[in-house]
Amino acid sequence: MSVAPETSGSAPLIAGDTSASAPRQSAQRFLDGLAFLVVLVALWQLVYWKSEVAITGPVETVETAVALLGSENFWRHALASGRAFGASLILSCAGGVAIGLALGAHRFSGAVAAPMLTALYTIPKVTLYPMVLLVFGLGISAKVAFGVMHGIIPVVIFTMDAVRNINPVLLKTARVLKLSPAQTAARILIPAVTPEIVTGLRVGFSLTLLGVIIGEMFASQQGLGFLIINGMNVHDVRTLTAVVLLLVLFAVASSSVLLALERRLNTARRATDATVGLP
Amino acid sequence: MSESHAELRGVSKIFPAAGGQEAVHALGPVDLDLAKGEFVAVVGPSGCGKSTLPEILAGLTAPSAGSISFEGRPVKGDVPAGIGVVFQEDASLPWLTVWDNIAFGLRRGGTETGEIRRRVREALSFMGLDGFARAYPAQLSGGMRQRVCIARTLVLEPRLILLDEPFGALDQQTRLLMGDELLRLWRTTGATIFLITHAIDEAVMLADRVAVMSARPGACIDMVTTGWGPDRDSRVVADTKFGELTARVWTRLRDESLKSLGRGADRARVPAAVPA
Amino acid sequence: MNRVTLVRLAVIAGFVVVIEALCRFGAINPLTLLPPSEMAAHLLALLASGEINEAMAGTFSNVAIAFALSVVVGFAVGVVIHALPRLRRVCDPLLASYYSVPVFVFYPLLVSLLGLNRWPLVAIGFMFGVTAMVIATLNGLDRVPRVLLKLARVHRMSRSAEVLRIVLPAAAPNLFTGGKLALAYAFIGVIAGEFILSGGGLGYAIAYAYDAFDNRTMYALMLFVLIVVTAVNAALYVWEQRLLRRRGRG
Repeated sequence: MSVAPETSGSAPLIAGDTSASAPRQSAQRFLDGLAFLVVLVALWQLVYWKSEVAITGPVETVETAVALLGSENFWRHALASGRAFGASLILSCAGGVAIGLALGAHRFSGAVAAPMLTALYTIPKVTLYPMVLLVFGLGISAKVAFGVMHGIIPVVIFTMDAVRNINPVLLKTARVLKLSPAQTAARILIPAVTPEIVTGLRVGFSLTLLGVIIGEMFASQQGLGFLIINGMNVHDVRTLTAVVLLLVLFAVASSSVLLALERRLNTARRATDATVGLP
Repeated sequence: MSESHAELRGVSKIFPAAGGQEAVHALGPVDLDLAKGEFVAVVGPSGCGKSTLPEILAGLTAPSAGSISFEGRPVKGDVPAGIGVVFQEDASLPWLTVWDNIAFGLRRGGTETGEIRRRVREALSFMGLDGFARAYPAQLSGGMRQRVCIARTLVLEPRLILLDEPFGALDQQTRLLMGDELLRLWRTTGATIFLITHAIDEAVMLADRVAVMSARPGACIDMVTTGWGPDRDSRVVADTKFGELTARVWTRLRDESLKSLGRGADRARVPAAVPA
Repeated sequence: MNRVTLVRLAVIAGFVVVIEALCRFGAINPLTLLPPSEMAAHLLALLASGEINEAMAGTFSNVAIAFALSVVVGFAVGVVIHALPRLRRVCDPLLASYYSVPVFVFYPLLVSLLGLNRWPLVAIGFMFGVTAMVIATLNGLDRVPRVLLKLARVHRMSRSAEVLRIVLPAAAPNLFTGGKLALAYAFIGVIAGEFILSGGGLGYAIAYAYDAFDNRTMYALMLFVLIVVTAVNAALYVWEQRLLRRRGRG
């Protein structure tokens, strides 16, 4: 919604193009999105034509990607990544929510921890990777550690904020209605904190994936991250680009699903507010 | 009758359909004349479009139909010089001190520094903000922030001042005192004042004439002349006429308010009011 | 200094002391982790000897360039997207999913395109940080209260005056946040890039020390990076608080 003042007299409540009805607007959005995609692919193709050696064009990439999806070798690596990712995801989410709830409920601890969490969020955790390797060795546990390192912090931060921001009026209402603690938790507290926690989980999902992939990129012989770096080392740009494409598609698809879920739970807030997620 | 300072002729406003909602005929048609130096108030039920009136009058919003003129010239698209507006929401600039807020309009108009200093100092003491010149709006109460906004309008010496529910966010006692200040301002500057309010007592207490608006689409269904002298203040509440006038306004307004709340009006008989 | 800060400092100090004790008493294998005091001592030695000056210069200059680009381009793109509602409707979902993509996967592609030099590093830092700036710019421009835009028209301000004297000051808090994030992300992007790809800079120096089993240097450098990044972010935070305190809105 545009907030630029229009000198020809804008109604205070409504701005932007108001003439289209709702279904026409979503059709328009779809077409706009499609047009945007076409432009991106066209740009890609242009860059390819300009520097053939360095990069693979869209068509070839898709071909290679399809071939990969049929190859056993690819799936071996994909599953390796998947196992590490799955394990870190469970740990990040469960651990993050648990810690976040505790910090949110106990005000003082939350206040002490908040800036420390922000600091942890902004330091390049990659710097700590060698130490993790020394502690965990060169296996899947290191990869899981990388993923959790990255993913747990936003989950904690968002969960903690969600609990701290529970409107006190809601608690007073529960007491007036004489709800039992279990009822208060189920009917009032959980619905109140769920939207923000879901946002945290969404950010945590992306960062966990990031952590696992980076870990594979420099310290593993298995997994999609390894395939990418290996592609670079042996100058197999085709495979490299195809794997990148598949990974990007996965990331965007899963993120869109989580976003849609988040939007349904949280119609008031715009999701882009929370994407970057620093308190 | 003196020449009108500002005129609205056949003004109506229809908000176009958007986002699944139908078009809203918010206002009109409305005819209104403001004489120079007059104090006119508008009361109406919520949703009657009364907030749209000052926007249209100032040129902030274009009407769907009708014409507006100010000092004999048509108002179209731009806000004419000589009009000041005090909004309902807090429009103080949070990153400037009170002094800089008040001086805001002057600095850009190329007024000379000494003159700026003089006017700002005058406005500060007139609005009772002495000693707060270096404070930031965040450190002030809502009432004081509105005073800053009024002071900021004042220093530009507008000939017509539009106020859109300026005291809406304040408590009743502060409102009454601010009303007195508004009257003082009016007497000192001689400007024409156009006040939108939902508070009937405020309108009747302050204004020379009170326009009563119907429910949506808002049109003027009554014009009450209060007949107070220019030296009035909030103590007119003691006058018996105050009660009569307020009763008259509320009688007209009650049905309209019920309508805007969605229920039908009572069939109580109401003497047809003659616009004064 | 209030209670919260005291407890926080105590927690951090306690943590360091515990690690130091565990290391000194052999509970932690010295091949895995060094005592913090040794890390600090070696770091001071490295700084004094000037050994890491080149790496420092490399990393900091890359970060600075990536940051500057992120802020300028991010702001410009944000302004453009904000002004075109149709474009914004298309971009909103893209912006929301941007950070779900591990940007580092483009690193080898950037190396192919730009060569084995500093530019892929700068590019990664840029790609990481620019979106934060775009989102922050969009949020900042959104949050300009509409009443202030009306005020601009009542004061008959020209468009440029309106932008300079009302829109930008009103959006400034968000823009500052965007800048903070852009800087943090520039650090992350550049250092992670240096890590993964040998070249130069502090990230590479850490990876090199790791490969050479030189734990002392490795930990010293890790400590250095952590201190620098934390200090810079803390400084920005304090500055931001001071700027915003007057406004009363955080």
